[in-house]
Amino acid sequence: MIEMQDIWKTYTNGSHALRGVNVLIDKDEFVYLVGPSGAGKSTFMKLIYREEVPTKGQLFVNGFNIGKLKQRKIPYVRRNIGVIFQDFRLLPKLTAYENVAFAMEVIEAPKKVIKRRVPEVLELVGLKQKMNCLPSQLSGGEQQRVAIARAIVNNPAVLVADEPTGNLDPETSWEIMKLLEEINYRGTTIIMATHNKDIVNRIRRRVIAIEEGMIVRDEVRGDYGYDT
Amino acid sequence: MTLNTISRHLREGSKSIVRNGWMSVASISSIVISLFILGVFILLSFNLNHLMSQVDSKITISVYLKVGTSKEQVDLLETDIGNMSEVSQVTLIPKAEGLKLLEKKLGDKGKDLVKGYTPETNPLPDAFTIEVYKPETVSMVAKKIQALNETNKDKPIDIVNYGQGHVEKLFKLTEMIRNFGLILVVGLGFTAMFLIANTIKITIMARQREISIMKMVGATNSFIRWPFFVEGALIGLIGSVVTIAILFLAYNQLFALTADTMGIQFIDMLPLSNIWAFAFGSLMALGILIGVWGSTISIRKFLKV
Repeated sequence: MIEMQDIWKTYTNGSHALRGVNVLIDKDEFVYLVGPSGAGKSTFMKLIYREEVPTKGQLFVNGFNIGKLKQRKIPYVRRNIGVIFQDFRLLPKLTAYENVAFAMEVIEAPKKVIKRRVPEVLELVGLKQKMNCLPSQLSGGEQQRVAIARAIVNNPAVLVADEPTGNLDPETSWEIMKLLEEINYRGTTIIMATHNKDIVNRIRRRVIAIEEGMIVRDEVRGDYGYDT
Repeated sequence: MTLNTISRHLREGSKSIVRNGWMSVASISSIVISLFILGVFILLSFNLNHLMSQVDSKITISVYLKVGTSKEQVDLLETDIGNMSEVSQVTLIPKAEGLKLLEKKLGDKGKDLVKGYTPETNPLPDAFTIEVYKPETVSMVAKKIQALNETNKDKPIDIVNYGQGHVEKLFKLTEMIRNFGLILVVGLGFTAMFLIANTIKITIMARQREISIMKMVGATNSFIRWPFFVEGALIGLIGSVVTIAILFLAYNQLFALTADTMGIQFIDMLPLSNIWAFAFGSLMALGILIGVWGSTISIRKFLKV
């Protein structure tokens, strides 16, 4: 599913974000990405959804060679990867329903399919009742649910989550985690960068720790391993 | 592209024009100004050409022969001039006919002046009226006729007359107006283009978030670009329609005015129906072109898709 072979990423300012990363993530896996800020977690994820290109090494995502991907093929690779962020990134002037439908409209899904699929996904994230609310009328947890609905509405094979609980209180965080587990259970690979010790230690999954651009630990059912 | 997508692009593009408010107004105005000036020059040059063609038909060369030139000489000259490739027609006006023409020209008041002349005492020379195919060649043909005179030992030609100087001046004037107009229009076209590029840039900035989400969920680059093309093209279209409306009204006013006051003289304007398709069609095409061009620049520069 995702395979990195000796991946290096050096930014134009000379900083080495990743130095020789080797990793293999299978279909259906749930992976935590942990490590200090600036260790290279975000770069790791940006490479997967082709926001960045590796400086050196081979990277395969869903069978595509990301480093050699032609510019016009990028959108089609991204359609198979859902992304969620700490700050939700919803469009403020669109309702919950419209925000989710937007993701289908821009890849030119037929109207009929959109009308059927969007309520379905909103129901899955538990927001069917609030689908006509604007983001400003929703709580943080609810906004993140909308963002998740948008990320999975096109049925991606991989869901990349960059600190999805970073802005949420503990209780809401647990609800979001339950939702992510459910999505993973339905067959979507999830890669989640996090600083949340409680979550990683309670919901035991594969843990990949990155420090100074290198993988320092990779454990099945690992723990968070840092004090904070 | 599906019908849904097309209507979406059109909707998004036109929404931006409204949202950008005064920037759109500035862009549209700049297009209107440049297209208006271009339109004035197009209409002006059409009318100048029209005027020229009217003048053209009046441009003839008059060749007056010396009094007492023999019949053979006259015939020889007529064939020689008629053989020139530029010449369309040579008409001989014998002196008797010349007298009649003069009488007619002078009218009732001048009748007495020519009254006393009989065919024997007629002081007028024989003359040719020569018409050419292209008015630009009159001076050349006139010189050729002069040369013809030089080679003839009798020197039968007295005067060659084609309104020397005036014709050349008129040609120079049209050329100057054309060149000046072209430079002005090119300069203004660039200004309009840059203003549009700026307007589109504002749209792109305002939509940064939307664009990044579109990219994130896998919208194709062309899908992201289209609304901006539409916006630029629409600005151009609106600008050209406004310009055409202004020109249409102004031209018709002017047409009515000249028809009233100058219609009797030979200066008349072309009716708009003869030229509107070309003039307005080219303005609209150019307006849209400038709009799309401006948006292309912005898209390439600011929309890193």
